[in-house]
Amino acid sequence: MSPSHALPQRRLKVSGLCCRRGERLLIDQLDFEVAAGEILLLRGPNGAGKTTLLLALAGVVRPEAGSIALTGGEADAGSMSDLHLLGHRAAVKPRLTVAENLRFWADMNGGERALIEPALVAAGLAHAEALEAGHLSAGQTRRLALARLLVAERPVWLLDEPTAALDSDGELLVGRLLDAHLLRGGLVVAATHHDLALRPPVRLRTLTLGVPA
Amino acid sequence: MRAFTALIARDLRLSLRIGGEALTLVLFFVMIGVIVPFAIGPDKGQLARLAPGIVWIAAFLSMLLGLDRLFRNDDDDGSLLLFRHAAIPLEAIVAAKTIAHWLLTALPLLVATPVLAILLAMDFESWWRTTFSLLLGTPALVAFGALGAAVTVSLRRGGLIAPVLILPLCVPVLIFGVGAISGGSSGPALLFLAAISLVVSTFAPFAAALALRVAGD
Repeated sequence: MSPSHALPQRRLKVSGLCCRRGERLLIDQLDFEVAAGEILLLRGPNGAGKTTLLLALAGVVRPEAGSIALTGGEADAGSMSDLHLLGHRAAVKPRLTVAENLRFWADMNGGERALIEPALVAAGLAHAEALEAGHLSAGQTRRLALARLLVAERPVWLLDEPTAALDSDGELLVGRLLDAHLLRGGLVVAATHHDLALRPPVRLRTLTLGVPA
Repeated sequence: MRAFTALIARDLRLSLRIGGEALTLVLFFVMIGVIVPFAIGPDKGQLARLAPGIVWIAAFLSMLLGLDRLFRNDDDDGSLLLFRHAAIPLEAIVAAKTIAHWLLTALPLLVATPVLAILLAMDFESWWRTTFSLLLGTPALVAFGALGAAVTVSLRRGGLIAPVLILPLCVPVLIFGVGAISGGSSGPALLFLAAISLVVSTFAPFAAALALRVAGD
């Protein structure tokens, strides 16, 4: 990944956020801000609301109260096509080849097909390009999901357990991708239990979510 | 526009690779044509009289059968969640998926109608009229189906709920569809059928997208 041109600058501002999942109020009066070039790590035990917070930021879960604002320099700032969400499910079609899966998401997310080859190389999947994605291992599927973030350039990444199912080499890969993204002025919110292999100096902040009583 | 065509192309390609699914519907459609003569008896005149209605019922049931697939796979693997962040709005995505679904479920049935016409002793004139009314009516069925599938996508075992849900909505399509076949005064029914299809396929993507947004919440 070459740290080529800079990404559009975005700023994420969350104030007074409350989210409910079923009967439980998972997130209560949360305030934080993330600027371009910064990474926010979400920590906390299972069930603390990390995924819920990411889904709220992605506009999937409607917050009970509070506001989420994604501001930037352009007029269309804050639109949904500014962000990438990497969830538990990889959104990979088993009967399409690795390259076809990526091409689909490049088209879908308004990316460029020229980025597919570099993304495959960066994710370490170049040799598996013509393989049906159903034959990939769990870790390789995860790598393919990560490669999806690279084929359409967007400033905001919301990552849920980005290193899940990855080997130690894959964890380094996530670190490299995040470093490059932050260097270009991207913004990352990542929920993780592991320390990410980020290269200092990195503008990192941690937010620990607790289990509400 | 690139995202729109990419989605249609992907759904078609996936269906062709998996193969069996589209064929199952056609087989079901033809099977109804095979068993009806056994149930009604070999009286050709009677068969020919009932044939248009039978073809419509067969098409109707086959399309309800394939409904659950519309959003289920994309929901299971997480694609549906990511479609919210695509370069085109969710409404356009639903429209693209509906078009792909029509190409995969309705078009094969239209192609298979000659088989039913032979089995049910239809003459050329009534076969042609039946196929034409199916062509006009099936977009409405698919659009209503998209609505039902979107509402039930968050239910894990929602397989049969969507068809039951949209059945009352589809009854007018069936009435005017069959009405458009009978010779003589079929003009108004044909126009009404076309109007239903146009209106429903225009509004259904918006309603279905709304249902999908709520379902993720």
